Amino acid sequence: MAELIDLVLLAMLALTALRIIFLKDLFAVVMLFGIYSFLSALIFINLDAVDVAFTEASVGAGISTVLMLGTLALTGRKEKKNSHSSLLPLLVVTVTGAALIYGTLDMPPFGDPDNPVHQHVAPRYIEESPQEIGLPNMVTSVLASYRAFDTLGEVVVVFAAAIGVLALLGIRRKKDSDLESGLKEHKVLHVIAKIVIPHVILFALYVQFHGDFGPGGGFQAGVIAAAAFILYALVFGLPNTLAVASPKFLQWMASFGVLLYAGVGLVSMIKGGQFLDYNKLAADPIAGQHYGIIIIELGVGITVFAVMLSIFYAFSSQAERSNVQ
Amino acid sequence: MNFILDYYNYWVVVFLMMAGFYIVISANNLVKKIVGLNVFQTSVFMLYISMGKVSGGTAPILVEGVTQYSNPLPHVLILTAIVVGVAVTAVGLSLIVRIKRAYGTVEENEFEHKDDAI
Amino acid sequence: MFEQHLAALPVLLPLIAAPITLILGRSLLSWGFATLVSGCAFVVSIQLLAAALSDGVLSYALGGWPPPWGIELRVDAVNAFVLLAVSAISTLVLIYSKDSIEKEVEKSKHSLFYTAHLLCLAGLSGILITGDAFNLFVFLEVSSLATYTLVSLASDRRCLTAAFRYLVMGTIGATFILIGVGLLYMKTGTLNMLDLASRIELYDSNRTINTGLAFIVVGIGIKMALFPLHMWLPPAYTHAPSAVTAFLSSTATKVAVYVMIRFIFTIFGIDHVFEKMGMDIILMALAVVAIFKCSYMATVQSNVKTVFAYSSVAQVGYMILGLSLVSVTGLMAGVLHVFNHALMKGALFMAVGAVFYRVGSVDIKAFNGLGRQMPLTMAAFTIAGLSIIGVPLTVGFVSKWYLVTGALEQDNWVVAALVLAASLLAVVYIGRILEAAYFKKLPDNVDPNTVKEAPPLMLAPMWVLVLANIYFGIDTSLTTEAASSAAEWLFPSGDTHSVSNVQEMSK
Repeated sequence: MAELIDLVLLAMLALTALRIIFLKDLFAVVMLFGIYSFLSALIFINLDAVDVAFTEASVGAGISTVLMLGTLALTGRKEKKNSHSSLLPLLVVTVTGAALIYGTLDMPPFGDPDNPVHQHVAPRYIEESPQEIGLPNMVTSVLASYRAFDTLGEVVVVFAAAIGVLALLGIRRKKDSDLESGLKEHKVLHVIAKIVIPHVILFALYVQFHGDFGPGGGFQAGVIAAAAFILYALVFGLPNTLAVASPKFLQWMASFGVLLYAGVGLVSMIKGGQFLDYNKLAADPIAGQHYGIIIIELGVGITVFAVMLSIFYAFSSQAERSNVQ
Repeated sequence: MNFILDYYNYWVVVFLMMAGFYIVISANNLVKKIVGLNVFQTSVFMLYISMGKVSGGTAPILVEGVTQYSNPLPHVLILTAIVVGVAVTAVGLSLIVRIKRAYGTVEENEFEHKDDAI
Repeated sequence: MFEQHLAALPVLLPLIAAPITLILGRSLLSWGFATLVSGCAFVVSIQLLAAALSDGVLSYALGGWPPPWGIELRVDAVNAFVLLAVSAISTLVLIYSKDSIEKEVEKSKHSLFYTAHLLCLAGLSGILITGDAFNLFVFLEVSSLATYTLVSLASDRRCLTAAFRYLVMGTIGATFILIGVGLLYMKTGTLNMLDLASRIELYDSNRTINTGLAFIVVGIGIKMALFPLHMWLPPAYTHAPSAVTAFLSSTATKVAVYVMIRFIFTIFGIDHVFEKMGMDIILMALAVVAIFKCSYMATVQSNVKTVFAYSSVAQVGYMILGLSLVSVTGLMAGVLHVFNHALMKGALFMAVGAVFYRVGSVDIKAFNGLGRQMPLTMAAFTIAGLSIIGVPLTVGFVSKWYLVTGALEQDNWVVAALVLAASLLAVVYIGRILEAAYFKKLPDNVDPNTVKEAPPLMLAPMWVLVLANIYFGIDTSLTTEAASSAAEWLFPSGDTHSVSNVQEMSK
């Protein structure tokens, strides 16, 4: 049954990809990309990767699509006719694809428990992490403890993206307060948004702190919390949102999240361990692991929230400027 | 038949990767290039997640009575890669916004002509 | 405590300093702080190189988890040597930046500039010292994202399209590396480099692993601008702010060369890559074409930054040529050139940036008569230019000496002759600029009083690099010792006597 679902989803993905190639309407292309992202999230669930599916749905399908739409609002939705010959790209892609197909021929069979990836390294994560780390969610254990340095790098990547977007676009605060912004006329939306937003934030907090036990964690929580603010900005206008969370404050938060994460590492160094060695954080190693993971996940959540919201600010303040012109 | 069952997943994923790659290198519109980049990367994520799957296994969250779990390591790697992907997308799109403002177009062949005039 | 964490500090220092720099906000303050941190990283990397040369390997298990379950940092002579060059150039460029970006970057973006610079340094150091293949990808993206930002900070609008092209190509490269690492992981179940190496050895020419190798080589090839994957580099280096070009040209592509060396020599092993797959022939052919094609391109450009951008692609060709010789001497020449090229190109781009600072243009016509107006800058330019050509008493000569020796060891007269012939092309492109500077007159419409010597904070780092060019060109013991122990470290078996012979010959 799982294979059948897999097959159907893969076929739908292939169709979506082909449509993206040939469509000239960029708005449709971006929506199709959103669909592509959601379909792949479904595949991830089907392949047991629930955390990844969660992230793909919130980050890939959510934030990426919003940013693409924000860009389209500024650049126009029609792709012009392509004057390039498509022969060379086709050749490159065919050669690359052929190389990959050649590479698949010696691959271990799909799903076989005897594959090298299931025999080496991973067994420790599966068999011993519940005792060593004390968390049921092995993905969180690996992400936040065994490979915590990767995750630190990832938070820094997010931080670097904020630096890039701020350097390129900046966030402009308008002096005119009577600009058209938000959906002032839609009373129904106002009421519903007011009901939904607190729940979204509550859910974000749940995802943040429940990530040790089920799917979720700092990344997803940060994105969801940012989404609540984005909804607020869409309905009530950007100036109101800027008053709640100012760009400067978000810059501080983004930096603080990275420093909080790295700070855990420094504390474990001071206590005589290696960088990010949570065992040293408390007398009992398991408790130390708990403290470490909760704090670094919080750092991740804070940075991701602040960065995603800053990026949204940057894009939407551009859009409002161009509407004025 | 077994051969196909063992590998069809990877073959479709290769096709999807190449579709994304094709969009990146053939598109003239910069937004479409970024969409292509995302399709390309998302498909690579599927390659990783496919290799982590164990038939008959379940999601790697400890449940009593279950002994067969899928491999959590590829999941962790791809969580990282997804976030890296959105970071690159955000910077790429901001560049596009600036290019539009500076050149008045986001079609590659059009702004290439304009630079000769400077 | 300090010694215990030595291996982790080069990446942790800039990584933690970057968010603090953003908070500091003020231009002067963030400049001072960033320079200080980069200087500390430089001091640490000196100690690391000393430790690596005396003890061999420093391994640091992050989180206290032993490899391959956790991520390992692994410092040996090879990466410590490259790390030294990267952190030194970073510090000098930061000192240089203060005046340089005053002219080229908006005031409000200065603290973002320094933050991005530190992020780039953290990323590059992370790539160098990590012992984990996936961690390498993460830090590759940290440095790349910071680089795209840095390139796009210039005031000319063409920097935007250059940065975008760089972003697309760079992301394709990184994704290729991701695919390659995935294929390796699939067959071995591990990501730790040493563990990968021992498990790849178990397979005798496997199609999945070979495909993984091909994707990794192409991906790194894009990142290091290996011909014909170099098309992103000339526009990016031409339109980026001068300080950024000076930093990137001497570090970013060099780090990619290191990654290539690491993957070929440590992970896959030379038997696999060169003897079974015959990659040495491919790499050697690409390197030779790169050297000639791009040196030629450098002779016909009118923008001096573009000249040196093409020259950089050609220089990458020399490094790859060295490692494609598959001998200790060849590899040593490659590693040595990574270091030496950083010294020359750093100095050259700093001089070009100083010209832009005073004249406001880097067209070759703008150099007319500058020999009189900016004597110190042009003297620095001349010496660094001679080093690119490979004149004796400069580091350029040392690199080429070992490269030619490596080729002759294998009786490869053709390669040796080609290396020497390509130097003539360098004479042409350096000569054109020197001719303009020393034998042409300042244009009449330029007031000689406005075009004067560059400010001291720009001259000082430039001259430090120039003097290093001469010092390491005369006293080669330090660099050759580091490079030869790096090369011996990478080569699995015997064959070490040839290096000591070469060293004796050079003395």
